[in-house]
Amino acid sequence: MKIKNKVLLNLFYKLMRIRNIELEVSKRYHEQKMRCPVHLSLGQESVPVAICENLKSEDEVVSAHRAHAHYLAKGGDLKKFISELYGKITGCAKGLGGSMHLIDTKVNFNAAVPIVGSTIPIGVGKAWANKLKKNNRVVIIFFGDGATEEGTFLESLDFSSLHNLKVLFVCENNSYSVYSHLYKRQSKKRSITNIAKACGVDALKFNNHDLINIFIKTKNIINQIKKKSRPFLIEIKTFRQVEHCGPSEDDNLNYRSKSEINFWKKNCQVEIYKKKILKIINKDKLLFFEKKIQKEINNAFYYAEKSKFPDKKEFNKYTYA
Amino acid sequence: MLKKVNSQTKKNSTNILMLKRRILKYSEAIREATFQSIKADKKVVLMGLGVDDPKGIFGTTLNIKNKFPNNVYDLPTAENTFTGISLGLAISGFKPIIVHQRVEFSLLSLEQIFNQIAKWFFMSGGKVPVPLVIRLIIGRGWGQGPQHSQSLESIFAHIPGLKVVCPSNAYDAKGMLLSAVNDLNPVIFFEHRWLHDTTSLVPKKNFKISLNKAKVIKKGHHITLISFSYAVIECLKASDFLKINKIYCEVIDLRSLRPIDFKVLVKSALKTKKVLIVDNGMIHYGISSEVMAGLLERLKKNIKVEVYRTGTINPVPSTKSLAKFCYPSAINILKLVSNILSKKIKINNHYFSEKNPDQPNPDFRGPF
Repeated sequence: MKIKNKVLLNLFYKLMRIRNIELEVSKRYHEQKMRCPVHLSLGQESVPVAICENLKSEDEVVSAHRAHAHYLAKGGDLKKFISELYGKITGCAKGLGGSMHLIDTKVNFNAAVPIVGSTIPIGVGKAWANKLKKNNRVVIIFFGDGATEEGTFLESLDFSSLHNLKVLFVCENNSYSVYSHLYKRQSKKRSITNIAKACGVDALKFNNHDLINIFIKTKNIINQIKKKSRPFLIEIKTFRQVEHCGPSEDDNLNYRSKSEINFWKKNCQVEIYKKKILKIINKDKLLFFEKKIQKEINNAFYYAEKSKFPDKKEFNKYTYA
Repeated sequence: MLKKVNSQTKKNSTNILMLKRRILKYSEAIREATFQSIKADKKVVLMGLGVDDPKGIFGTTLNIKNKFPNNVYDLPTAENTFTGISLGLAISGFKPIIVHQRVEFSLLSLEQIFNQIAKWFFMSGGKVPVPLVIRLIIGRGWGQGPQHSQSLESIFAHIPGLKVVCPSNAYDAKGMLLSAVNDLNPVIFFEHRWLHDTTSLVPKKNFKISLNKAKVIKKGHHITLISFSYAVIECLKASDFLKINKIYCEVIDLRSLRPIDFKVLVKSALKTKKVLIVDNGMIHYGISSEVMAGLLERLKKNIKVEVYRTGTINPVPSTKSLAKFCYPSAINILKLVSNILSKKIKINNHYFSEKNPDQPNPDFRGPF
């Protein structure tokens, strides 16, 4: 299936935007103003960009510790996001949560938490609520390969199958739980898609995180989920460009093979699609887009810097509703 | 003839009085509150392992599914997952009630309760409240043993963001459950298995009792007994006997463990100057620790109040022979009171039939 240039350009713009936001966070992190752990999405942005492009505003997303790209792809407010990293009152969680607790109720990003696997059942609960309310929203649950090792992954798959829920489980498999490779953690015979299938959940594995391929396939999958009211799981092999937590590359630690790194560097979605885009638009136009994004980013950082910190009064306001 | 008529009239008026004085079991009160909650608000969803089975969680959920099929759901044996699912429902406009037949099963779901449910409102910067009730049944006796009869209230009461209540009678159980379901916060609702068959006056109407108020259930001036959940019953037994010995106890039922209503406790402590806290569970790092610390913090330095406590120490044994040494019973309580007040009390063993200390009442036949 061929896609229109306009669609391609739009997807690429969103991909580049999130990439550049994350690069800016990485660049400024040493300033010690973003005083919370960050799990950057660098390298994995194509997955949420492609999937969220197929969602309506009413559709819902939950995520985990590496949530920046998920939040932004769903349409989460950039200024509130940066402010949250800065711990400011203007943050999406009033500075109480930080990078690992992103939320934007306006765009139905509810929410991200850092305990591995915890949002899987919460997302299923949201899907069950949708069923009880008889609406046609789909819930996207983003998680990593580590979360599939939690019992709640299997239990949530089964529950969504039992109750015919409209859920898309999205496993971003970057092969590593911090520094621990899959081969240390999972049997070679284990298949994430087969676990889903054993619970009656249809599943599809992507061996690469190609932006357009994911976009096209998930368009169809999400339509099917809504039409049939059945859950679906996709597993997408992807690559984390920087350290598990923090702003820097860490391949000097030699926990990943050179061949693995090279394979994925050649597979960088921003670089691949930049070349393709330059066949549609000229360099000046690309530069214009890059500048436009940079301006938006600068504004967001400026907004965060100028915002106030929450005062003591705020501290006691949110323990009980 | 006249006499006969009179007695007839008396009988009739007694009947009318009996009708007005509506007596329910604790388990029936829970069931009625659940039923009325769903009736009033279709967003209330009752869920848990076996909520629609023939026994209906000791009768507390019996036949509710028949009346409200879309509001009652049996669940898989996946505690952490279904607790996460209930959170998903709660932040999507529903008011779930989860039930665990024993508190120990809920331990598998503490991640969701402590990390997610308790903190969701906080983590969302005050945007998303979690109206959710988790009913936890605590057991005792009849060989329930180490993993079916713990009182783990204090673990939950430790967590900011949770409200923790433990009604000791049917009236409070109904009113507090109705409040809990309609509260915007997650409420941990402790029910003692030995309270399920106890009875009290319970109005038919849908009424609410605050989730933050202790109650003076017996007035006295010699000593204050502070307790909660089933241990309140033992305190009442002890205080009734002490009354015969002309010792008047003030008995306070905490009803809520988070928050604790210290105002009531301080007032009573200032009056009696002697306080015995009877913990329903383990003493150390427990509710009694918190009550004692909070009470002493609030008393002025120059006022001398003696504060004592009792509760359980070891894991709970299954065997009947050791059960009597495990929990603070009425006899233990009155012996302690006798020591504290330095007054000799003649204990009438017949009064405290401790023949079967592993049984809530002579009719109880087990198995759980």
